[in-house]
Amino acid sequence: MPDTLSLSQSQPQQHAFNPYTENGGTILAIAGADFSVIAGDTRQSEGYNIQTRYAPKVFRLTDKAVLAVNGFAADGNMFVKKVRQRLEWYRHAHAKDMPIRAIARLIQTMLYSRRFFPYYVYNILGGIEEDGTGAVYSFDPVGSYEREACRAAGAAQSLVQPFLDNQIYFKNQTPAPGTSFPRHLPLSTVLSLVIDSFTSATERHIEVGDGLEIYVVLAKNSPSIQGLRDVRGVSELTSTDDGERVFVVRRELKKD
Amino acid sequence: MDHFPTNWGRPRNDAYDAYGTFPLPHRPNNDTKDAFASGVQRTQQPIVTGTSVLALKYKDGIMMAADNLASYGSLARFKDVQRLHPVGKYTVIGAGGDISDFQYIQKFLEELIIEEFTSQDGHDLGPAEIHEYLSQVMYARRSKLNPLWNSLLVGGFKDGKSFLAYVDLLGTTYSASTLATGFGAYLAQPILRKEVEGKETELTEDEAIRIMETCIRVLYYRDARSIDKYQLATITADGVKISDSRHISTSWSFAEGIRGYGAQTQ
Amino acid sequence: MAQPSVYRSAGFDFSNQIRNNFLAEKGLPLPKATSTGTTIVGCLFKDGIVLGADTRATEGDIVADKNCEKIHYITESIRCCGAGTAADTEFTTALISSNMELHSLQGGRKPRVVTAMTMLKQMLFRYQGQIGAALVLGGVDSTGPHLFTIHPHGSTDKLPYVTMGSGSLAAMAVFEDGWKANMERQEALDLIIAAISAGIFNDLGSGSNVDACIITADHTEMLRNIEMPNQRVQKERDYKFRRGTTAWTKEDVRKLIVEEQITTLTTGDEMDTS
Repeated sequence: MPDTLSLSQSQPQQHAFNPYTENGGTILAIAGADFSVIAGDTRQSEGYNIQTRYAPKVFRLTDKAVLAVNGFAADGNMFVKKVRQRLEWYRHAHAKDMPIRAIARLIQTMLYSRRFFPYYVYNILGGIEEDGTGAVYSFDPVGSYEREACRAAGAAQSLVQPFLDNQIYFKNQTPAPGTSFPRHLPLSTVLSLVIDSFTSATERHIEVGDGLEIYVVLAKNSPSIQGLRDVRGVSELTSTDDGERVFVVRRELKKD
Repeated sequence: MDHFPTNWGRPRNDAYDAYGTFPLPHRPNNDTKDAFASGVQRTQQPIVTGTSVLALKYKDGIMMAADNLASYGSLARFKDVQRLHPVGKYTVIGAGGDISDFQYIQKFLEELIIEEFTSQDGHDLGPAEIHEYLSQVMYARRSKLNPLWNSLLVGGFKDGKSFLAYVDLLGTTYSASTLATGFGAYLAQPILRKEVEGKETELTEDEAIRIMETCIRVLYYRDARSIDKYQLATITADGVKISDSRHISTSWSFAEGIRGYGAQTQ
Repeated sequence: MAQPSVYRSAGFDFSNQIRNNFLAEKGLPLPKATSTGTTIVGCLFKDGIVLGADTRATEGDIVADKNCEKIHYITESIRCCGAGTAADTEFTTALISSNMELHSLQGGRKPRVVTAMTMLKQMLFRYQGQIGAALVLGGVDSTGPHLFTIHPHGSTDKLPYVTMGSGSLAAMAVFEDGWKANMERQEALDLIIAAISAGIFNDLGSGSNVDACIITADHTEMLRNIEMPNQRVQKERDYKFRRGTTAWTKEDVRKLIVEEQITTLTTGDEMDTS
């Protein structure tokens, strides 16, 4: 019999310290005409172990910008901390909140500045543009970014993104003769799609579950506020009086 | 969380020494290939290690537990080591992983507390501040590829609020009403979650002690790097208390009727 | 019969393993098998054995089956829980089950648990761990109740309470805390359910429902989905698509019914259909 052990026993493998790990979970964001929805599950895991059932991945930056981070949790938390610090400096210098497209460009340069020791984090930035439209910006770990209408990232990206492509962009769907698909969906529909995305991802992905946090950013005087009032588990996080408004909807997900 | 501190922060590889049986002196040498690297010492593997730390929230605050063993590989080297350490008036930290790195952490936290005290500004550091400080140190060290090889629990009680959080050599942090490091994450955490979740404001100190005893006992039965001598810490409105070493009772009578491992009957 | 032109030593040939390792190194790994991430357990009680299992099967981090059966039939009063590669546990237990039936037919006696255990360990040892089956074997025979674990390399354990799979530590914690000798039937069943539940809620490789099986000297009760703590929630929207949603490039309707006229040419003898 050939020496099958020679492969594994030839020499001890070299192992350097690995400064990265993966902490599971999924995030997504969808832009509407005058609102933006940014969501993430709250499970943090490593391997087959649940570290905690509640670790937020979505963070309010300003009243018009919310950032979702997913990947290596320590890098994610540090990155959010540094973005917030830069936004505070901006506030002190300019006496106003940084516009979302500027935040997006800031995040790009911050990510690329670590090109050769990257933040192992997928970022999705959602909020309201200066012209009052809903915006979603998605980033790769080293800073490549684009503005989109919807994006999913993280462990269950491959499950959720095709669903969103079909339901938001109406990919692979033919409209009824003489009609066309809407360019933007109403808030109630978007919220339902987000909840269904996460309950489905929870069913089929082992790293998704425990809890769901959905942030909703509304443009100034947006009529979408009507439908939001009676959504179960909603609470308001807005800090200023007359401007964009931020809400969060909290839901339970399955815990197995 | 991996049970073997030696494997922490390394790429997972089940094919290579999955059970941590490789003798310590023969561990792979991970020195960098830099010609001047010998001038810099970095922790690339832990030497003397502690195993699990457990913590839970209860009615009066936080309870934490850890056994008194410091292992040298598979050798039970030091059997009277305290792995729970008070920091300031409101906080206890518990450590698994490299003991020398833990002693270094104790040293710089002590310096921090003294510095804060001398400023006499009417503020003192609570558990949240100490956890934040520790997280920043741990993350900074991992970013220099020179980690402090520990997983730490920070528990405390200040201004009527209890605090419990985790941080490890990668700078990963999280918080929950029950936490366990090392092997405890697999063996004790299921018990802790079942007994504590949803009852954080009702559990009495006696009930909390009973739960901790159960977990320490289970760990002693199944974690080969643990011993039956442990300490309990409570952090409540009355301040920090760390018990003397306690002994956990065990029962091995189940082994009475076992004969062999297969078809044997005698 | 012609001899092969190359020398082959006796016994199994593992040379393909080297080829597979080489291919994996070159970036062509073997296809990923469905594994049952799994919590499986068993324990002794007053009148016999209780086995338990979760029902999640995974392919990496994707759930392949939300309600699979991991308690396999060996004989009427011997059952086997399987963890590891799903196909390996399935086929190994099926093969041993069939050999056990033949064995008991040949001897004319009820089969014993040690027989199944020995067959399983000898088979797994021959395959040197390449059959990825980790088993919990339990049953009652003329010599009493028996409970074993069998590892993929063929080693066995005989203990009063055992666990296996990725959730084995969570389940074992429950046993170390709660198991007592000579428990009542209900007490033992509750303990099994608690052990499996610990796996389901704390181990990502385990999930969905609890299966149990109670084996006593004169009766075996298979309790499929005895607890279902993870029912799927109602979706917010219903995803029905309008007829005509899917685009098409051409239409081609074919008639599948063949009609033919049969004309008899000669008048031969009729077939005798009596």
